[in-house]
Amino acid sequence: MLEFTLRRIVATIPVLLGILIVAFTVLYLIPGDPAQTVAGPRADAETLARIRSEMGLDQPLLTRFWSYLSKVAGGDLGDSVVTGKPVLESLTEKLPYTLKLASLAMLVSIFAGVIMGIVSAITQGRWLDRLCTVFSVAGISIPVFLSGLVFLYVFAVKLRWFPTSGFRAGDSLLVFVLPAFTLGIRSAAFLARIVRSSMIEVLNQDFIRTARAKGLSRTRILFRHGLVNALVPVVTVIGLDLSSYLNGSVIVETIFDLPGIGRFAMDAILQRDYPIIQGVVLLGAFVFIMVNLCIDLFYAWINPKIRDEMMGKSAG
Amino acid sequence: MKQIARRMTVAGWFSVAGIFVVLVVAFFAPLLIANDPMETDPLRRLSKAEGFPLGCDQLGQCVYSRLIYGARLSLIIGFSSRLTALLIGLAVGLAAGYFGGWLDWFLMRLVDMFLAFPSLLLAIAVSMVLGSGIGTVIFALAVVGWAEMARIIRSAALELRSAEYVIAARTLGASHLRIILTHILPNCLPLITVIFTMGMATAVLSEASLSFLGLGVDPSLPTWGGMVAAGKDYMLRRPELVVYPGACIAFLVIVFNVFGDELRDILDPSRKGHW
Repeated sequence: MLEFTLRRIVATIPVLLGILIVAFTVLYLIPGDPAQTVAGPRADAETLARIRSEMGLDQPLLTRFWSYLSKVAGGDLGDSVVTGKPVLESLTEKLPYTLKLASLAMLVSIFAGVIMGIVSAITQGRWLDRLCTVFSVAGISIPVFLSGLVFLYVFAVKLRWFPTSGFRAGDSLLVFVLPAFTLGIRSAAFLARIVRSSMIEVLNQDFIRTARAKGLSRTRILFRHGLVNALVPVVTVIGLDLSSYLNGSVIVETIFDLPGIGRFAMDAILQRDYPIIQGVVLLGAFVFIMVNLCIDLFYAWINPKIRDEMMGKSAG
Repeated sequence: MKQIARRMTVAGWFSVAGIFVVLVVAFFAPLLIANDPMETDPLRRLSKAEGFPLGCDQLGQCVYSRLIYGARLSLIIGFSSRLTALLIGLAVGLAAGYFGGWLDWFLMRLVDMFLAFPSLLLAIAVSMVLGSGIGTVIFALAVVGWAEMARIIRSAALELRSAEYVIAARTLGASHLRIILTHILPNCLPLITVIFTMGMATAVLSEASLSFLGLGVDPSLPTWGGMVAAGKDYMLRRPELVVYPGACIAFLVIVFNVFGDELRDILDPSRKGHW
């Protein structure tokens, strides 16, 4: 297990490096001169040259990449072009909002998704199963911005159960409910599908028949033997959800006017504040890699067979 | 084809009919519209003028005609971006799975990398580099979508590589390219059909999201996502400005998802019930 863990951690290094290369290249390829942006449109050539050498823009590409790498490694993601504030500082400021949103959404997703999946699996082929299937197809097909707007219109504007938009102190968690549902329902629909199929698979296994033959009660079999095993692939889905929430938060936080990472990224995009966009993309990729690392380690830990398979793959 | 038709369920037939309707609408769009979808008129703003079946939007443009043209843009962008993604995915996936070794290792790390990026933000970053336009959106969505396809095709190729007929062909002296093109690729076709159809749903959804954020094609062009974005400011007075285009997006995505699901159950029964 230790060898596997170490190998798996080492395997993330080339991916992380590649991501930094892409992030660096995109910033490099974006049209427009960064020095010009900093200096303003009416700067003379001398000022431009000074700023360029201050920013290291006159250095060769590889040198620039190296200094970029060492900066990122030291936690320096650059400064906002618009406000001059360090990107990392803004990110840590905005992160709690998005984290709150994501954890609430995940709660909705796991709760609704697992229940729907189980109900679907045990009523397989009957109308309740059909209903759940229709719901999950709709759930993954309806765009987040549409369901968000509909929720906003129905629950905030018409019924006035929730604040319409804008983060006000005192509204606390209530502000997060609608956006979290918007995001959570979509991933619940995904999760329901996975839980259903893995539950059906598990319930057809020999050990379930044995448990039944032993005379165990239906609920006991369902929860002790069925669900525990069916939940294993669910871990993967939850991991994927985490990264899809970052995408979703760009849209949802814009609609519901929450001051999180997604909204921050969207504002930066509209203002062409590249260091911020780069910072958010890096953060997203980093979170994705770390979450997947944890998932793989989790799988390897609960199932040695998977561990051997992965080892075989990474060696060959 | 016959086999597919025989084993299709009712839901499957509905999805086929749905796709067909959208295709017809998109193809005959110029014949179906009531007015010029781009013609603005401040006097008709948000009104229900005569000759405008679904009324007018915030610029006085015909909502119905814009919806019709929106089908065109959705399908063109969805299809082209998926085709581009598929071609890249095929090249990378087949090469990695068939040759294995360090090439496989390198290509799969590349795939890992692209999967790690938050897709919407990566698409936005790509379109910022290239400037706005239909071609840009297609390319940006392809950049975001190829990695997933490459990974799936790779695992199929990896399995086929050690199939007996492949080894036989190799012994007979067939070149690698010939084996890939005549033995591996045809055997991947069912899988490719499935992931392409499913991918259409994702691509339509992503295009709509980009347009909704105002980062897709030129906002004056009639896209469904763009219409939702423009309509949301008038949602309180005219909720249908959001609901109509929104329903169109959901409908197109649903029919592609259901059809893809159906194809998978028929062509690849081992993965039944999975995504």
